[in-house]
Amino acid sequence: MHDETVLVAARNIGKTWGPECEECRVRTGPEQGTNICPRCGTVVALRDISFELHEGEILGLVGESGSGKSTLVQCIYFDLDATDGRLFFRGCEDGENVMELPRIQKRRIRGRLMGMVYQNPLCGLRMDITSGANVAEKLLEADVFHFARIRARAGELLASTEIPAAYMDAFPRVLSGGMQQRIQIAKALANNPPLVLLDEVTSGLDVSVQARVLDLIRELQRERGMSMIVVSHDMGVIRLLADRTLVLKNGCVVERGLTDQILEDPQHPYSQLLVHSTL
Amino acid sequence: MTLQDLLPARGFQYNFAFIDEGAKREVRRALLKAVALPGHQVPFASPELPIARGWGTGGLQVTMSLIGPNDVLKIIDQGCDGSVNAVNLRKLLVATTGVRTTFDSREATLMQSRHRLPEIPMTEGQIAVLQVPLPEPLRLVEPSEVETRRMHAEGDYARMWVSLYEDVVQNGSVSLSWGYPCRVNDSYIMSPSPLPRWDLHMLHQAEHLTLLGAGREKRVYAVPPHTSVRPLEFDDLPFTVENFAGLSCVRCGSTDTFLDEIYDEETGKSFRVCSDSGYCDLVREGKIRVRSAAHA
Repeated sequence: MHDETVLVAARNIGKTWGPECEECRVRTGPEQGTNICPRCGTVVALRDISFELHEGEILGLVGESGSGKSTLVQCIYFDLDATDGRLFFRGCEDGENVMELPRIQKRRIRGRLMGMVYQNPLCGLRMDITSGANVAEKLLEADVFHFARIRARAGELLASTEIPAAYMDAFPRVLSGGMQQRIQIAKALANNPPLVLLDEVTSGLDVSVQARVLDLIRELQRERGMSMIVVSHDMGVIRLLADRTLVLKNGCVVERGLTDQILEDPQHPYSQLLVHSTL
Repeated sequence: MTLQDLLPARGFQYNFAFIDEGAKREVRRALLKAVALPGHQVPFASPELPIARGWGTGGLQVTMSLIGPNDVLKIIDQGCDGSVNAVNLRKLLVATTGVRTTFDSREATLMQSRHRLPEIPMTEGQIAVLQVPLPEPLRLVEPSEVETRRMHAEGDYARMWVSLYEDVVQNGSVSLSWGYPCRVNDSYIMSPSPLPRWDLHMLHQAEHLTLLGAGREKRVYAVPPHTSVRPLEFDDLPFTVENFAGLSCVRCGSTDTFLDEIYDEETGKSFRVCSDSGYCDLVREGKIRVRSAAHA
């Protein structure tokens, strides 16, 4: 990473499920139209994904179901262990590949430098503890052990995501899907992380709520200037949020570029299909 | 048939301290590992036992695997030498080893206890064996054993802290009265058996060795001497112990001990006595003077 403004750099990230054979590489991918190696049955979820994410930039990931979008963000968030490749985080362990760090260190990086918003609030929130406690959990992961400060910060974050103060000590399971999603956003932002990962944040919400959540994300991003990786199958969301976009198919990047460019002048046949089917 | 009938020539049909030497070695191996990794729970293979699991069998196996003919044994149940669990375990150990027993904690080389430490801090060379019902402090926040082991390995204790946060939100302070989670040697979080908060300072940088045994779960863990044991506390909400201000023991008059509340059914009135009966007796007999208030 020579460029000072690069926050995250990924090099040849790969993720497979299965035994792997020599033919996996040539017999899967967008040209073959499959992720599954016909010889050994290995699922090649991701192959050779490389990208750089700059400070304050929003990177979009689009692609159909099973193209590897969520797998990629889960590998970056250390929910999954990538089987291949390297990941660098600015200011982290002297430019070491963070994917090879011990789990205890990965946990520290995740707690302090990253936030994640999952498609399904059940993955990102615990429903049996209060909304405030969900946000507090992220702060406690970063060793903030001052009760009054935790409480104040959680209140402030929930207010900034438009959760009424009265719901701070309510359980997320009694709140609406849109509210749960906003609590997840508050939790993800708790430690002011330089990187926030958004995995299909608006997919489960109705259209009016979608618009409000997207506005909120845009506003918060403008205020705080963090970098984001936004996963969506919806070109509308990508158009609204992302500066640059990667188009994924069968675990590979088939096209990359400025979002406007991809939307106006898609090059790869799959991107063309994607753009035309949604516009 | 009693155990005495089964032991005609004392000790030749049953091994010394009941369990066989192989079983003792297995427990000792686990204990060595536990001492080397303070606060870490070490599983062990447990033999058949003469009493039901959950009735002090964890502590009992630790005691049985360590006791020698020259040991002086003290056994207490909630601080009391005469309580039923203590009496039964003492009878079993005396019948199978013939060791000398004592009520004076200062004389004991080996002290097995259910849920209390003696009021007089133990010293170098003494071993405290604690009976533990629930060894896993994270069990309340995570039901899966695989997951709690991972959490210990990664120092992933945010959820333990969240449970304290929720407690403070609901009750204004941490309401746990026993089994208060402690960080041992700045590493693992440990459940200090169900000791009351009052006793926790006696584990911190102690002179003596503390061994904790869970019979149902077949696990041991340890706090070696001179090891830090710190109750979890928020920076702005310091850990506090039980408050007995203005109360004193009706037997010995102590004002600086952990007091049990006892109801008199006839008068309906309540009074307090020292939980540590051995200490209370020593004060009554004038063998020790009442300490200056350690917890004041």
